[in-house]
Amino acid sequence: MDIIITFIQRAIMQGTPLLFGSTGEIITEKSGNLNLGIPGIMYIGGISGVIGGFFYQNSGVRLNSFLAILIPTACALLGSALASLLYCFLTVTLRANQNVTGLALTTFGVGFGNFFGGSLIRLVNSDTPSISLVTLSKAFRKPLPFAEDLGVFGELFLSYGFMVYLAVIIAIAAGVILTKTRLGLNLRAVGENPATADAAGINVTAYKYGATVIGGMIAGLGGLYYVMDYSNGGWENNAFGDRGWLAIALVIFAVWKPIIGIIGSYLFGGLYILYNYINVSMSVQPLIQMLPYVVTIIVLILISIRKKRETQPPASLGQPYFREER
Amino acid sequence: MNDVKKSEVGKHGQKREPLIHITKRVGVPIWKSIMIRAIAIGAALVVCGVLTMLFTGDNPLSIYASFFVGAFGDPQKIWFTMQNLVILLGIALAVTPAFKMKFWNTGAEGQVLAGGLATAMCMFWLGGKIPDWFLIIVMLTAGVAAGMLWGILPAVFKAKWNTNETLFTLMMNYVAIQLIEWFLKIADKTGSNTVGPTVLKYGWLPDLFGQKYLFNIIVVAALTVFIYIYLKYSKHGYEISVVGESEKTARYIGINVPKVIIRTMALSGAICGLMGFLLVGVTSHSISADTAGGRGFTAIMVSWLAQFNPIFMVLTSLLLVFLGRGAEEVSTKFDLNQSFSDIVTGIILFFIIGCEFFIRYKVNFRGHHEKKENN
Repeated sequence: MDIIITFIQRAIMQGTPLLFGSTGEIITEKSGNLNLGIPGIMYIGGISGVIGGFFYQNSGVRLNSFLAILIPTACALLGSALASLLYCFLTVTLRANQNVTGLALTTFGVGFGNFFGGSLIRLVNSDTPSISLVTLSKAFRKPLPFAEDLGVFGELFLSYGFMVYLAVIIAIAAGVILTKTRLGLNLRAVGENPATADAAGINVTAYKYGATVIGGMIAGLGGLYYVMDYSNGGWENNAFGDRGWLAIALVIFAVWKPIIGIIGSYLFGGLYILYNYINVSMSVQPLIQMLPYVVTIIVLILISIRKKRETQPPASLGQPYFREER
Repeated sequence: MNDVKKSEVGKHGQKREPLIHITKRVGVPIWKSIMIRAIAIGAALVVCGVLTMLFTGDNPLSIYASFFVGAFGDPQKIWFTMQNLVILLGIALAVTPAFKMKFWNTGAEGQVLAGGLATAMCMFWLGGKIPDWFLIIVMLTAGVAAGMLWGILPAVFKAKWNTNETLFTLMMNYVAIQLIEWFLKIADKTGSNTVGPTVLKYGWLPDLFGQKYLFNIIVVAALTVFIYIYLKYSKHGYEISVVGESEKTARYIGINVPKVIIRTMALSGAICGLMGFLLVGVTSHSISADTAGGRGFTAIMVSWLAQFNPIFMVLTSLLLVFLGRGAEEVSTKFDLNQSFSDIVTGIILFFIIGCEFFIRYKVNFRGHHEKKENN
């Protein structure tokens, strides 16, 4: 029993960065921008938070838990917003190819994270090849009240840091806004058929910029969560791994619906760590870690065969829009 | 284009025209497009130089000198730069036919790894059991076939059900990576993350004239010529460009679009598989999840930056390899983090990506437009 509870807890914690990333990417893709820079943006978000937190922790002032959360979060949001702005400027204003720009941003972002991570590590002169912001991380990891008094229920639902709940709230909010509000309707119109949206008086450029930057900021929070909460405030180069791509896979798995993304992220998170909990030989582990990608491919194939209107990618996904080129 | 302008003027009437007005350029002279790119690369080099200066405190000239030393400093470095160049170029050549068809193959990384994995598997399981010359043939066939399989799978679904190829090929990368991890765990029980020449002992191609990398260089040079001719002068190449320009036109003039898509991706994947074979079987005799080292993604940018022209690709891949090797040298020299080269590569890519806009479009300011009308 205990092991099942631990497994679910770890799956949720493992799934949370994916949830942030996929919610951000869903919002972005709904505007027709296929931002393959999300893995890079998540790195940038993570390292920006670490840089902010690092200077706050080493500034010598007495730390208070409000600022301990605020400073890294603000830095992460700023860093990822700037990176997404760059992507938008290149793809929307300068009309560059989205795939190429996205991949370049991922190269840059991962390099940016590892470079500044590696440089900060050198600044502290420690023997271990990692930075550790343990004090700040405690503020992030503080569980909800009563978590310990409520037994299994408390352990399963209340024992996480606030960002786990934030991820769920953002995903639900995104789902509601996309399907139930005019803002969401306009955004979807931009992603489905920008020319029609434009004719209807929707400012296509503004929507694309808005969705991509907000989406990027949400994804950046995923990077922040991973460092500050999941890995106890420790930054290690390349530790974030391929989670950014897994988040993009999750977008497909969730058929572009943030609320399905919540369940999907915990499922992917569970698959990611499953090998620790079942008795298999070493060599089978990678095959289990392969499952999320295989499942995603199968979902991608199924939705394209069934051609249900509700589950299709946004029709203009990946294509640039120029008013003059009709 | 003129119609657009007139209607803009007419629509706004008395109202002020927008400050900036963008029109498409038609028939840009080649010297102009080269000049715009040269300016962009120059600007990017300045930015990278300033950035390096900030981190190292060295003067810019000596920084550029170290870039040069890193890439071409001594014969060994030149050979190594050449090896990086031809592998990147080879993968870029591989993705180009598909890209010309507007099939966004983001799975070159996986196709190379699949080719490398198949090669390594042959070396591991068949090595010593069959003669070496025969083993090399089997390795080559297996590598090419595996790359081809990785390319054909998404193509079949694209051709038949219009499955999104960008996302499909992207996912296939990670399937290949995990399969390699699986193979590593089987081939090396110590759990290390690479299997090297001590395990993959058989099926080594003898060095050509004592030069380890010469074989790859010759293969890729031949490949460059082949792809150039294939795209420009063959019937297949013509079909590819028609499908890329307009699928409807292609269907209308009787081109079997699904067949072209599958055939082209088979070729793309096969060349990627060949690169995997060259990397694993011919040069390094080792395999890890990092064998392709992100070159599958960089190759996409190389091909796009060269406007899918194989000859220009030699230059764009040289530029990227030069910067990468140079930045490595700088980071070693000044004890910076190795990821510095990724940042430099990223910056230069952003500049080149951005400058394409000024090649394809013309920015008209309000004042200019009126002057022209008066003339």
